[in-house]
Amino acid sequence: MANTPAEYIQHHLQNLVFGAHPEKGWIIAQTPDDVKQMGFMALHIDTLGWSVFMGLIFVLLFRMAAKSATAGVPGKLQNLVEMCVEFVEGVVKDTFHGRNPVIAPLALTIFVWVFLMNSLKWIPVDYIPGLASAMGLPYFKIVPTADPNGTFGLSLGVFILILFYSVKVKGFGGFTKELAFTPFNHWSLVPFNLFLEILGLLTKPLSLALRLFGNMYAGEVVFILIALLPFYVQWTLNVPWAIFHILVIPLQAFIFMVLTVVYLSSAHEEHH
Amino acid sequence: MNINLTLFGQTFAFAIFVWFCMKFVWPPITKAMQERQKKIAEGLDAAGRAQQDLKLAQEKVTNTLRETKEQATQILEQANKHASAIVEEAKQQARAEGERLVNAARAEIEQEVNRAKDQLRAQVAALAVLGAEKILESQVDAKVHNDLVEKLASQL
Repeated sequence: MANTPAEYIQHHLQNLVFGAHPEKGWIIAQTPDDVKQMGFMALHIDTLGWSVFMGLIFVLLFRMAAKSATAGVPGKLQNLVEMCVEFVEGVVKDTFHGRNPVIAPLALTIFVWVFLMNSLKWIPVDYIPGLASAMGLPYFKIVPTADPNGTFGLSLGVFILILFYSVKVKGFGGFTKELAFTPFNHWSLVPFNLFLEILGLLTKPLSLALRLFGNMYAGEVVFILIALLPFYVQWTLNVPWAIFHILVIPLQAFIFMVLTVVYLSSAHEEHH
Repeated sequence: MNINLTLFGQTFAFAIFVWFCMKFVWPPITKAMQERQKKIAEGLDAAGRAQQDLKLAQEKVTNTLRETKEQATQILEQANKHASAIVEEAKQQARAEGERLVNAARAEIEQEVNRAKDQLRAQVAALAVLGAEKILESQVDAKVHNDLVEKLASQL
């Protein structure tokens, strides 16, 4: 474990990396330098593991409710699941006006999954990393949404869907034309339009991912900073900050979901 | 902040979860919800209809009750009339019977009186004859003087 506060913070913000080291082959990175050496050919085992774990909780829980779903009096689990489904369905109905069977389940997955991943932040910052270091793992960071790979992974999926549906609905020509002739419908302004529109298009996944990452990362850093205080005063800051996250965690999941639906909705609509 | 393969791993996991949700989670739940919605709508409809039915039934009940009451009063009136008729008839019969009895008694009395008169007349005749005999000191031949006695008796 680290000794100085800076090292402590650095240590807590480092993922557990498994990657191709140019000299040592596929190993678990033991130092930040190893990580640097690995470059792109590396996997964040903690991020992937926890996000898949949370995803599995989501699908299994919801599958369980779906399997025993009844039109009669719903049980507690079904009630909870239906509440989520109804909420998401309402948002999708309000925002998305086309007909697409993918959007609503996509929104539900994003909302619940991101919520679950964010909610890992409520676990005190030293518990699981401490456990991991006791098991001999050099680093461990459990909140997948505080890892840019986690959030960009999601927004990359959304971005692919945006491109896919733009081309599918408007045709390749239509989509290109939209990029070239909005907002200024004049041939001389095509380069300017293209620049503007492509920038706008790229901003979508970037803003999605960075907003979630930024919020979660900042929150995480504050939790770590609080954890540096003497243990008998930690609760004075820790408790309000955790309570504040009752707002932040669902809100960020909600924002991610709504923006995804909005972006996909605009991918389906013809601009005039 | 280092972007690496994790990015694609995450996207892949994301795709799988979305696919699973779309295939196995969303349809059954929304189906159940829609079915419940339908059920509730049907239930409310049925309740509305039942209320309508109840209203009709209540109206029918009040109508029937009123009719029955009317009928009952009618029957009661008829029965009263009938009873008074019977009483009247019985009175008349009794009066007739009484009169008949009185008449019969009167006839008998008259008969009795006549008979008594006859007896009296016969006795008076005998007495008269006896008296006459005493007066005459001789016997009156009843056969000879029968006409006379008869005449006397009829004059009494």
